[in-house]
Amino acid sequence: MADPRARRSPLAGWAPQLQALNGAIRAQELPFLTQLNLRLDSGGPAADPVAKVLGVSLPTVPCTSVGSGVYEVLWLGPDEWLILAPAGSAPELMIALREAIGSEHAAVTDVSAQRTTVQLSGPGARELLAKGCAIDLHPAASPEGSCVQTLLAQTGIIIVVRDGTATDFLLLVRSSFAEYFAAWLVDASVELTEPA
Amino acid sequence: MQLIRCPWCGSREEVEFHYGGQAHVSYPENPAELSDAEWARYVFFRANPRGPLAERWVHAAGCRRWFNAVRDTSTHELLAVYRIGEPQPEVAR
Amino acid sequence: MTRVAAGGRIDRNTELAFTFDGKAYRGYAGDTLASALLANGVHQVATSICYGRPRGIMAAGVEDANALVQIETPFPEPMLTATTVELYDGLVARGLQGQGRLADLPDQARYDAMHEHCDVLVVGAGPSGLMSALTAARAGARVVLLDDQPELGGSLLASRNQLAEWVSAVTSELNSLATVRVLRRTTAFGYYDDGFVLALEKRTDHLGAAAPPAAARQRIWRIRARQVILATGAHERPVVFADNDRPGIMLAGAGRAYLNRYGVLGGNRVVVFTTNDSAYTAALDLADAGAAVTVVDARTEIPQHPAAECARRGVALKAGHVVTGTSGNGRVTGAHIAPYADGKAGARQGIGCDLLLVSGGWNPTVHLFSQARGKLRYDESLGAFVPGSSVKAVRVAGSAAGVFTLSGCLSGAADAAVAALQELGLSSAPPALPSLDAEPETTPGLVLWAVPDKGDESGPCRRFVDFQRDSTVADILRATGAGLTSVEHVKRYTTIGTAHDQGKTSGMIASGIMAEALSTDKHQVEVASLGTTTFRPPYASVAFAALAGRDRGEIFDPVRVTEIHPWHLEHGAVFENVGQWKRPRYYPQRSAAGSIEDIDTAVLRECRTTRESVGMMDGSTLGKINVQGSDAGEFLDRLYTNLMSTLKPGFIRYGAMCGMDGMIIDDGTVARVSDTEFVLTTTTGNAAMILDWMEEFAQTEWPELRVNLTSVTEQWVTIALVGPRSRDVLASVAAELDLSNEAFGFMTWRDASVAGIEARICRISFSGELAYELNVNAWDGLALWEALIEAGKPYGITPYGTETMHVLRAEKGYPIIGQDTDGTVTPQDLGMGWVVSKKKLDFIGKRSFSRAENQRPDRKQLVGLLPVDRTVLLDEGAQVLATADLSQLPVPMLGHVTSSYRSAALDGTFALALVRAGRERIGQRLHAWQDGELVSVTVTDPVLYDKEGARRDG
Repeated sequence: MADPRARRSPLAGWAPQLQALNGAIRAQELPFLTQLNLRLDSGGPAADPVAKVLGVSLPTVPCTSVGSGVYEVLWLGPDEWLILAPAGSAPELMIALREAIGSEHAAVTDVSAQRTTVQLSGPGARELLAKGCAIDLHPAASPEGSCVQTLLAQTGIIIVVRDGTATDFLLLVRSSFAEYFAAWLVDASVELTEPA
Repeated sequence: MQLIRCPWCGSREEVEFHYGGQAHVSYPENPAELSDAEWARYVFFRANPRGPLAERWVHAAGCRRWFNAVRDTSTHELLAVYRIGEPQPEVAR
Repeated sequence: MTRVAAGGRIDRNTELAFTFDGKAYRGYAGDTLASALLANGVHQVATSICYGRPRGIMAAGVEDANALVQIETPFPEPMLTATTVELYDGLVARGLQGQGRLADLPDQARYDAMHEHCDVLVVGAGPSGLMSALTAARAGARVVLLDDQPELGGSLLASRNQLAEWVSAVTSELNSLATVRVLRRTTAFGYYDDGFVLALEKRTDHLGAAAPPAAARQRIWRIRARQVILATGAHERPVVFADNDRPGIMLAGAGRAYLNRYGVLGGNRVVVFTTNDSAYTAALDLADAGAAVTVVDARTEIPQHPAAECARRGVALKAGHVVTGTSGNGRVTGAHIAPYADGKAGARQGIGCDLLLVSGGWNPTVHLFSQARGKLRYDESLGAFVPGSSVKAVRVAGSAAGVFTLSGCLSGAADAAVAALQELGLSSAPPALPSLDAEPETTPGLVLWAVPDKGDESGPCRRFVDFQRDSTVADILRATGAGLTSVEHVKRYTTIGTAHDQGKTSGMIASGIMAEALSTDKHQVEVASLGTTTFRPPYASVAFAALAGRDRGEIFDPVRVTEIHPWHLEHGAVFENVGQWKRPRYYPQRSAAGSIEDIDTAVLRECRTTRESVGMMDGSTLGKINVQGSDAGEFLDRLYTNLMSTLKPGFIRYGAMCGMDGMIIDDGTVARVSDTEFVLTTTTGNAAMILDWMEEFAQTEWPELRVNLTSVTEQWVTIALVGPRSRDVLASVAAELDLSNEAFGFMTWRDASVAGIEARICRISFSGELAYELNVNAWDGLALWEALIEAGKPYGITPYGTETMHVLRAEKGYPIIGQDTDGTVTPQDLGMGWVVSKKKLDFIGKRSFSRAENQRPDRKQLVGLLPVDRTVLLDEGAQVLATADLSQLPVPMLGHVTSSYRSAALDGTFALALVRAGRERIGQRLHAWQDGELVSVTVTDPVLYDKEGARRDG
């Protein structure tokens, strides 16, 4: 393994600017999370063994996510999920999942570096996202556990709603778009972080 | 900004979708047996009615699923959306 | 001063200084520029665009077609109407003659956008809008209420405090509810599909220079509403007569608004010319404020109530009369009135006046309803179009629906909200209606478009229809006289309705005048059948800056970068845009003296170093798709032209994909990871398109195949290590890996640790040289890059960019899909028949290869071109000609140059081209046409370097 200190996350260069956001908005990259893409028939025989590995059943309601404490499982499609896991757990988790799946038709792909994850929180978080996202993130429309793949400004994004007051979100953005995303976010937060 | 109802994710803005042309034009069973004219008809010719037309769409910025929709080409109204494999529903124009 | 002593909604404690046309004035907070000018006795504010006539203020709102001003301070802004500019301290403005001036310095203000969702959107906060919003809000619905004014109340603001307490109570209740968003200074300017409404909020314009710089000055609201209630009110319609454009002539309702809302009495001797009851409120209010008022009513029968009220105040009443013209030099000084009967005006007499108020009735503001595809119906008694059909999830309330009594507006608005709530499944108890004074019964108005004129239409006495365009009744008659019978044609012929106000006061009148002009004794043309011109967004002017919002500057368009980007920046790379990617094009070196290498020198150096020793390139932008499943091989067989299922794990194959028409759409490598897993690459620009293309087949045509596709483009950083010394460089950082040809042959891959980083190493080459492509988890990409640069130092390693990559591949005749092809090129045309499987029964595109068109011997084929003078660089895109004889036109074209470079290895320039029957022409002399000259070239095989492939294995 490389020296982990030499690793560079997509938003490494933006950490100071994200950290400087204050008041109604807080944002920070959660770098190097393990992310596995899982393709599986949720009604097939592999679903249960996989649920056992994850400690939670795969969510089958579109645009939702479930957490097991260790893993966060995001619905991406009727036979597709994104599993978020602690940093560094990709190899073991992939082996465990592939064992659970056996010879069933499925796919497990390590996509940990494909996207980076940003936690966005604070009372201004929903308003900030509303500047670039057409999804209704009002708690009445997007309750805790909602997980939408959509567009934010001009980048694709996955938005996971982490509470019932629209003040805590996980945002997953493609790594090559991460700097654009961060620039957009810092720009959009101007009024929200200005002292009232 | 029109809304398109993805059969999985629900209504989303049209910019999340890509168009895939006329639906229910299946790939020929055995292209080698087709005459040039028959093959050209499959490759190049599509219906262009004023009114309902069954089309393929993909929720490109969302769940990446292809699906079918019946759209009234004169109003853009989506009269029905249905998943791949489901029969084309009857629509009232 | 014409400011009355007391009253109005202005704040007389807050004085504001402003400058207009170079003169200093004072106004109050709450004024518009228009009301402040009138308060200072300034009636002429602009000059007409064609005839240079003095023009004043004709309205009190967005419908004004006259009072165009240019703002100079705090920031130059053209083409605003004085009636929509809120006064602020330090405002500097001047009147315009039809055209303003854009700022020649960058606008520092922020403009942004906000998405909003609601159950009920109410557009307009007059009595109807307030009632609808209150009803919806009390039912618990998420409500957005918007209005273009700084305070709520709509038409009530122009009254003598009518329902003022109710407005204030409703305003505070709505403001107090978390489920309600009230947007003031906000204009809904477009209704689009599915309850989508765009609105412009002017957030800090009214603060002038005091606007906080961080706050967005204007904001586009993108509102998605489940139900929409349009309470957009109505615009008063003038009546056209000769010289109707003088300053001091305004709509009756505007005269009343200036008095009651802004405390400005527009004149002391007032003539009110009306065809209906509504103008009497203005006449009575102005009379009560001390003006001497004469009402000129085109109707012979005056309803009892207004007649009695006039009599009580000593307001003179001329029934059955019209205004036929005006006098004045600048501001109006007199009205010409004449008896009116049977559509004819009699002998005229003059009345002195300094204010002439006009009312020809009211046009419901149906713009948004019409944009929502609502059909309009012509109402003969109103002389206006009203909503005439129902539109899903859209309701119209109040005067916008053609209701002109306050009680009718209020109850109708409550009903509209109840109906909307019902569709949302929300039960509601409509709030009690505020108590109203008994409203006098209204009597129908007379529909009168233009007062007939006996005078010479082309003379100085013009009857203006569209003030902003200086278009007259005569212009309409000229259009109909020329045979035009459609309102849309007449609009374009006369330009009526094409100015900033989009015909809010003129459009309806133009239709009416047209109908009369087209009618003959035998054939009556109805306004109903003529219709109106289309109401297109935007309803009111919207600055492009607002539409652009934050999509400008650095975030105009996403810039995609790889993990190695910081290194490229640090090392002075010159970048090239490839789609949204920023890719290093070349890395110019800086001499000790500080001069920087030009592109030609840098690229020749990078090429030479790579061919002679070793170079490396960031190839991370290549699209990468992971394919898994027991049918993965079969699936790829159907999509690629060659066989993939026979590939063994550990091996790599080049592959090409064609469209149904047999034309090549992409190419790349396919590596087999295991029996059930492949990783393929696409060209940088096609990554998303190819994934969609593959998904379409997997999901729609062959759902029975057990295959899954996942994009891994950004999972991997890809570094090409290229050149005869690449093996040595790699060996120094991958000690455990046997790099011999025997152990690690061409077109195979190995997993190994490189500089302590887990890497997948592919032995593929896009240059003909010995080369390795290293793929690592993107987080480790920069560390690996730096390790390779370090390891390469003993060999003089050079980083190289896309330009060198292009030269190296072109020297080998490797085409770039999308550069050397254009969607009309088959693999055979590229000389790549070898990539097309003969064994496979079928694959996408196969059947098209045997089409007669694709068998023609004279198809354009990829060849090399060597300029006879090897210092001449051909232009990419230059046409290739068979003959140097240009006397016979047209000169037949054989094709065009697709790639052209200077080559260190070939010691001169060379090119690739698509040329008709090109392979038969190898050895021939052809000509390229560029810069007005012929360049002689020799046709060659596209492979110009190391034809026998001796360099591949190092």
